[in-house]
Amino acid sequence: MASPAAAAPPSASSAPRRSLLALAGAVALLPLVLPNNYTYEVAILVGLNAIVCVGLNLLIGYAGQISLGHAGFFGLGAYGTAILAVRYGWPTPASLAATVAAVALLAWAIGRPILRLRGHALAMATLGMGIIVAVVIATEDRYTGGPDGMSVPPLAIAGHVLAGERAWYWVVGVLLVATVWLAQNLIDSPRGRAWRALHGSEFAASAIGIDPARHKLAAFVLSAALAAFAGALTAHYAGFITPAKASFLHSIELVTMVVFGGMASSLGAVVGAAALTTLPQLLTVFKEYEMVLLGAVLMLTMIFMPQGLVPTLGKALAAARGKSR
Amino acid sequence: MLLRAENLAKRFGGVHAVQDVSFALAPGTVHAIIGPNGAGKTTLLNLLTGIYQPSEGGVFLGARELTGLPPHRFAAAGIGRTFQNLQIFFNMSALENVMAGRWLHEGGSLAAAALRLPQLVRAERRCRAEAHSLLDLVGLARWADAASDAMPYGALKRLEIARALAAGPKLLLLDEPAAGLNPTETHEIDRLIRELASRGITIVLVEHNMKLVMGVSGHVIVLDEGRLLAEGEPREVSADPRVIEAYLGVEAR
Repeated sequence: MASPAAAAPPSASSAPRRSLLALAGAVALLPLVLPNNYTYEVAILVGLNAIVCVGLNLLIGYAGQISLGHAGFFGLGAYGTAILAVRYGWPTPASLAATVAAVALLAWAIGRPILRLRGHALAMATLGMGIIVAVVIATEDRYTGGPDGMSVPPLAIAGHVLAGERAWYWVVGVLLVATVWLAQNLIDSPRGRAWRALHGSEFAASAIGIDPARHKLAAFVLSAALAAFAGALTAHYAGFITPAKASFLHSIELVTMVVFGGMASSLGAVVGAAALTTLPQLLTVFKEYEMVLLGAVLMLTMIFMPQGLVPTLGKALAAARGKSR
Repeated sequence: MLLRAENLAKRFGGVHAVQDVSFALAPGTVHAIIGPNGAGKTTLLNLLTGIYQPSEGGVFLGARELTGLPPHRFAAAGIGRTFQNLQIFFNMSALENVMAGRWLHEGGSLAAAALRLPQLVRAERRCRAEAHSLLDLVGLARWADAASDAMPYGALKRLEIARALAAGPKLLLLDEPAAGLNPTETHEIDRLIRELASRGITIVLVEHNMKLVMGVSGHVIVLDEGRLLAEGEPREVSADPRVIEAYLGVEAR
């Protein structure tokens, strides 16, 4: 056996880098097999949901905190930019940026008291917050159009209107790859280790000087800002939004994507978003039973692969490789 | 004196877990806190690390009062600890556990971390090297890249020590570091404690293994039923009739 010092430690960041390359490759090559605008549309929605899930995964999978209200932030992002653009005539890039900043601020204000809670209490508090947002959006019809929804102008950057499925595909694709890159960098940094430490043991984390409240809040705000960002983009892309995007069902959908794809795996969050965005599109007959389907996916995942799809497959692959050697 | 406890008391409802305990710990020495089960040792440790707020009394590090601060501020002030029941970050490798311990010395902005700026890359390289040398010090060099949930119990006990050392504490509290270890592993812990003390780290050892305690420590504090029963050099303390009585019962007299 080689002496311990001589054994070259494998670069800790090589696996994330490979998954980032795989994602970039998939984004680049996917247009070759997308036959029509409808499939582009699904791919764009996958990308937008994946951005939310990568952020939510930082909170759930890495920092170990639960949120059952992230659709609230998504909805606030969507309605915030829509209201600023439609009612107040703001240029869309400004309305989008201001909305994301405002939602981040709001998440900070809400998160400060909420994140003192743990486990079930935190789940209930975020659930309540999400429901309040959904109710406000549905009832403040002077601004939001109420349950009927409202139309949203397209994103126009310096006079160029972002339109067409293809253009949106590339914008969302690049943003998704960038988001995963940023998330992976963060995870493999002192701050990312502090977040993961909280998940591992809050006692031990505070015993090495990590302030639990501060770091939970940072992860919460970042994930809320990403949800608002994706929500705002979705609004501009779709051109029309309804309160359903801010609903409890959508919050559960987002959590299911993260859990199914794999907690503490950025690629897993993307795969989970892809699977659970595409599935209902393919199985339109199940539309009525979407909640049932989500529940079943969540239950089966927890029972048969509690780590989620991508980490489970990764381990199986590593084990198979180990055997073949 | 490095650490002073002044009239510390902790009550849980009507239960007096710790009552009126005062002592001072000299720097650079190995101190041991011993006592029968339920004597209040772990409660005292939790008071000294901010996990519990005292019902009465205070904790001072040097001239600075720490009473009432949250645990992470005790750590920032220079008090490190390990746990009786392992508190490993099982979602990280052994090396990452120790690197996490460097938090107080790393930090850096969110933007620098997310964009992986050159200064962060350099800091990470130093952090990694530091963590490797600490793993080496506790004898875990070959486990560096192991997933911590695949490591044996004895190695995890030492991983906790390496992680606590990474924060660079002035005072290190070890809560039963030899519990559940075999004689060879216990000997390793003994050697490690001596090595740390020789590097100028003040150690507080809570331990049931009397051979380890009496061999390694220069100052012993005996607790019984939440009160300070005796303190002094190991030889004096082990000859003290009150200590013998507390451990062995009245019949032993």
